[in-house]
Amino acid sequence: MTLHIPTTEAQACAIVKSVIDSGVPLSIGGGGTRAGLGRPTQTQSTLSSAGLTGITLYEPAEMVIAARAGTPLAEVERTLAERGQMLPFEPMDHRPLLGTEGQPTIGAIAAGNISGPRRINAGAARDSLIGIRLVNGRGEAIKSGGRVMKNVTGLDLVKLVAGSYGTLGFLTEVTFRVLPKPERIVTLAWRGLSDEAAIALLCTALGSPYEPFAAAHLPAGIGAEQPRTLLRLENFSDSIDYRSGELIARLAAHGAPEMVEGQDSVELWRDVRDARVFAGTDEAVWRLSLAPTDGPKATASIAARVPGARWFYDWGGGLVWLAVPAGTDAAADAIRTAIRPLGGHATLVRAPAAIRASVPVFEPLSEPLMRLTAGIKTSFDPAGIFEPGRMYAGV
Amino acid sequence: MSAIAFPLPDPGILARREEIVAGLARLVAPEALITAEDERRPYETDALTAYRRLPLAVVLPSTTQEVAAVLKFCGEQGVPVVPRGAGTSLAGGAIPQEDAVVIGVSKMNRILTIDYANRTAKVQAGVTNLAVTGEVSAEGFFYAPDPSSQLACSIGGNIGMNSGGAHCLKYGVTTNNVLGVTMVLLDGSIVEVGGAHLDSAGYDILGLINGSEGQLGIITEATVRILRAAEGARPVLFGFPTSEQAGAAVAAIIGAGIIPVAMEFMDKPAIEICEAFAHAGYPMDVEALLIIEVEGSDTEMDAQLARIVAIAREHGVKTVKESRSAMEAAAIWKGRKSAFGATGRIADYICMDGTIPTGQLPYVLRRMDEIVKGYGLRVANVFHAGDGNLHPLILYNCNDPIEAQKAEDAGMDILKLCVEVGGCLTGEHGVGIEKRDLMTFQFNPEDLNQQMRVRAVFDQRWLLNPAKVFPLEGRVAA
Repeated sequence: MTLHIPTTEAQACAIVKSVIDSGVPLSIGGGGTRAGLGRPTQTQSTLSSAGLTGITLYEPAEMVIAARAGTPLAEVERTLAERGQMLPFEPMDHRPLLGTEGQPTIGAIAAGNISGPRRINAGAARDSLIGIRLVNGRGEAIKSGGRVMKNVTGLDLVKLVAGSYGTLGFLTEVTFRVLPKPERIVTLAWRGLSDEAAIALLCTALGSPYEPFAAAHLPAGIGAEQPRTLLRLENFSDSIDYRSGELIARLAAHGAPEMVEGQDSVELWRDVRDARVFAGTDEAVWRLSLAPTDGPKATASIAARVPGARWFYDWGGGLVWLAVPAGTDAAADAIRTAIRPLGGHATLVRAPAAIRASVPVFEPLSEPLMRLTAGIKTSFDPAGIFEPGRMYAGV
Repeated sequence: MSAIAFPLPDPGILARREEIVAGLARLVAPEALITAEDERRPYETDALTAYRRLPLAVVLPSTTQEVAAVLKFCGEQGVPVVPRGAGTSLAGGAIPQEDAVVIGVSKMNRILTIDYANRTAKVQAGVTNLAVTGEVSAEGFFYAPDPSSQLACSIGGNIGMNSGGAHCLKYGVTTNNVLGVTMVLLDGSIVEVGGAHLDSAGYDILGLINGSEGQLGIITEATVRILRAAEGARPVLFGFPTSEQAGAAVAAIIGAGIIPVAMEFMDKPAIEICEAFAHAGYPMDVEALLIIEVEGSDTEMDAQLARIVAIAREHGVKTVKESRSAMEAAAIWKGRKSAFGATGRIADYICMDGTIPTGQLPYVLRRMDEIVKGYGLRVANVFHAGDGNLHPLILYNCNDPIEAQKAEDAGMDILKLCVEVGGCLTGEHGVGIEKRDLMTFQFNPEDLNQQMRVRAVFDQRWLLNPAKVFPLEGRVAA
């Protein structure tokens, strides 16, 4: 196993060029906390961003921060917090779920398009990612986007690279739009609702003028005996008073919620964000993306096919975290058959490597989309040296 | 004005015109095919009217299948295709060429489904931007991107150019508000990208399509997010003695953790032009005007405005004028949104669209003034202050070819300035033909080659809107 740790972009380019000649494929490494995402790869070498660290630009008044790809996420978040700002999309920490250790990096947030509960209101990581620098499979350092949030100059390669899991190139620097931290955060928690009633509540709230920033439902047995339905408001303090009052009145048919603030609220949402209720078990864990009202339909259909399935909902019902007995195939066929009529996507987030090698981890693509995907991969990485097969077999 | 080059029409295609038209006639209903010269004339340009090219033919399909048949035919015949929404591009993104078939989506103008519970609308590509909001406003919803041309521009064109608007500081631009599209590829295959859910796994081809300027395929349907409107919205006018003070106030508002839905800047020439047109009650004794819009309940807006007014006062604001009625609010926005049209009443103009880091604002305003004066011309500035997206309007007389050339040159100098200070050539209008030859100022050859290699995955032969975005020299096909 060879580990390459360039400390400059030029070194990274040179390493990639040398690898093209030798034909030995590379894994891309950062903090190593998300190495288990995707299909297992058979590489003998890793190109690490650990030597590329440091914040390169931070302009609070322009709401923009740039950092080298290997910069720990914690350092970025701490720097932002000192000026009362934050990343808008509340990135998930995969360590509890995947049982990994180490420091997540800002580059991995971009490469994996890693978002959290706030995504439903403030957009995904890819929506805040405004610029990248990347070494492609030709060993060329290229840039896309920049440091301004409104930019339509040329093709948006930033979006393509967000969520490409290192298969298109080695990120060396990423630039994100940031936002002010809210003055106050309050969580409204209803108890005892069925999945259908809870999702109806969340959809009503999300369709109201009171702008919930996060909306989740935890059925019975997910972290507590009773089902809990959660709405998070973020705003100036006086607005929170007004908006929570309006929402409670509007949703009175579902009962009166408890108001949770401070550390209790932080922990509730951290557990939702990181799917901590599934941490440390031997279940396979899936992430389903659906239209919110299809969430309960999908879980009902899956429950009928997969004994022992457990789940909870984020994004107002549109994100289902699903745990199933791992078995031999993580119930992949049953799950995909259940959601196919609903038009959603299923991604296998955690499973033993043998299962991730044998069932599609990412939702299988239609023939024309697969053709485009393979073409895009080749356009960045003609020799196929970056993370071959991590997303799709043969790509 | 003829500075921007077009590729020379392919004589082989021109010679085969009859045959190509006959082929198209076999694929679509007679009323969908426009061949007579006087009927093709309306399609010879878009909102960049200084450039005109009469297309070989115009096809206005009614279904995705018709688009697929026409695209497949053009692909097989090697005939260039110029996709067209409503033809409102300010960058020349929809200007055809003599050997090209225009495929317009204007007849595909139906709203297909509205799903309030899931907050989405599925529409055909020719639906106008404002029609989406119009369809859902009775239920209190809206479609967020709001380009100034929203009465006319189409959703398909918005996706093609990744259109923005005045309210994207809070709500984002088109790419942040589209969940899925149906797109026809050059070989006639129909591809569904995304859907009614968020964040499809796999490469973000939807994100790539947004802003691809008709170079990857033709969008026929889209699923967009609709949002619940705030309880109320109130634009307030802030007049400042200098542009520097206005700029500093914007930075301080953001620094205080306040993100208004919109912060629009106008300089004195723009104020005068817009006030004369809209009678919005803009203050005339200031050098810079900010329109800041807040949202929420009356009490919430009062509270937020109190914070903003206090900050503005710290930065020497001279006039604060709140809208007291829906009519006054509408007049304030009418003035801003008609800035381009109002300018057109007093002079010809070209509207630039660079973005700069907002901290560079005072320097860039001063430099722009010097640049335009250096050419003996005048400039009026309107821009989205929160995000640094500038729209300098360079005034000139289009009947004077020398002045027209000067205006174009001044515009190019301004865009280069935007790149120099860390910004970009275009914030929301797109590259089109207008900024095509400036791309090498923002990108080095490796950057552009990577973009072109991605483009080639969709169109190896450069048939889709081929004169746009990438400089004509040095094109890469794989």
